[in-house]
Amino acid sequence: MAEGVLEINDSNFKSEVLEADGIVLVDFWAPWCGPCKAIGPIIEDLSASLGDKVKFTKCNVDNNSASSAKYGVRSIPTLLFFKDGAVADQVVGLVSKSKLEEIINSIS
Amino acid sequence: MQNVDYDLVIIGGGPAGLTAGLYAARARLNVILLEKSVTGGQIIVTDWIENYPGFPEGISGIDLTNKMSEQAKRFGLKMETEEVLSIDCSEKVKKIRLSDKTITAYTVIIATGASPSKLGVPGEDAFYGKGVSFCATCDGPFFSGSVVAAVGGGDTAVQESIFLTKFAKKVFIIHRRNELRASKILQERAFANDKIEILWDSVLTNIKGAKTGVTNISVKNVKTENTTDYAVDGCFIWVGIQPNSGFLGDDIKLDEHGFVLVDKKMETSVQGVFAAGDGRSTPLRQIATAIGDAAIAAVSAEHYIENLQIKKVN
Repeated sequence: MAEGVLEINDSNFKSEVLEADGIVLVDFWAPWCGPCKAIGPIIEDLSASLGDKVKFTKCNVDNNSASSAKYGVRSIPTLLFFKDGAVADQVVGLVSKSKLEEIINSIS
Repeated sequence: MQNVDYDLVIIGGGPAGLTAGLYAARARLNVILLEKSVTGGQIIVTDWIENYPGFPEGISGIDLTNKMSEQAKRFGLKMETEEVLSIDCSEKVKKIRLSDKTITAYTVIIATGASPSKLGVPGEDAFYGKGVSFCATCDGPFFSGSVVAAVGGGDTAVQESIFLTKFAKKVFIIHRRNELRASKILQERAFANDKIEILWDSVLTNIKGAKTGVTNISVKNVKTENTTDYAVDGCFIWVGIQPNSGFLGDDIKLDEHGFVLVDKKMETSVQGVFAAGDGRSTPLRQIATAIGDAAIAAVSAEHYIENLQIKKVN
């Protein structure tokens, strides 16, 4: 896995998230959402330190309503943590970097 | 002389914290700002700010945060993402306990602000993020063409309800009294908006839903005692705030609601510990008042340090 956050969409959600081995974080976001802009850099940071352990992705809810609807996302930022294709944990709203590290460690 | 890490530790990175940081950095204090999550505080979730002077067209909360943050950084303010677990003020040098270490400082500014209060009704926690929300700017667009409810009658409730009408086809404002507390200009806009219906003398008693999220709410009229169910897709809650003061010890005196008590220098009951912004006991909680508090707190902290007549750290 590599450093950086991969932009995913409805058409590759299955191959990039559900069929991926290990932990995949999906950040559901939109350009109009203030807190999403605030949490974005935190996730970028995490991808630099934990990129070898976790695949970091983000999904723009405006263009990919099928994926957000499938997981009942009605509040953003919503972060879903997948492990071997299944949802292992989720957080809604702004959270600290240490809280995200804690979740990743708990499902690793 | 014992080694002290900082002249000043600012706890919280909202408007008050960033302003205190700006003043302290310009005073060349050895200062650090600690924010547990991201800078901005409550204004990050504010769609449009129209009552903060200097921005005649208004400004979004995130843009204002970024500007305040850049301005403080330009003068060298150091910021770190750290949650403060407790403060020990029993000695002249304050000990600030973080998750992995303890740092020391001569002065502390508490700028930890406040968080939205919950209603404490059934369904509120279960459907959080699935229709229950405290943030219209984050979640409004998910309710395009929907019917939503908003609870509250203050500035936030009314302003954010008006914002929601950009997306929702109908917004019920549920308010426990027969008049709103929001500023008159916001009331005028709400009354003129066809998509807003105000349910007066009413309280939300239950939030119901399915796996997909919120589907219904129960609303009780406090005068007639009648309860009516409404089909809604979302329920926004803006019923005030509660102070983030739980980490403070007993030596820092709070008012009966948990807000930090200060004097006119913004000094708390502990010498050298100051408070500013929404977390302090004050009759008005605005960005404009928070930054005023913060300027006073930072200058008071500077004077306090000068008066200690100590050799500065570094």
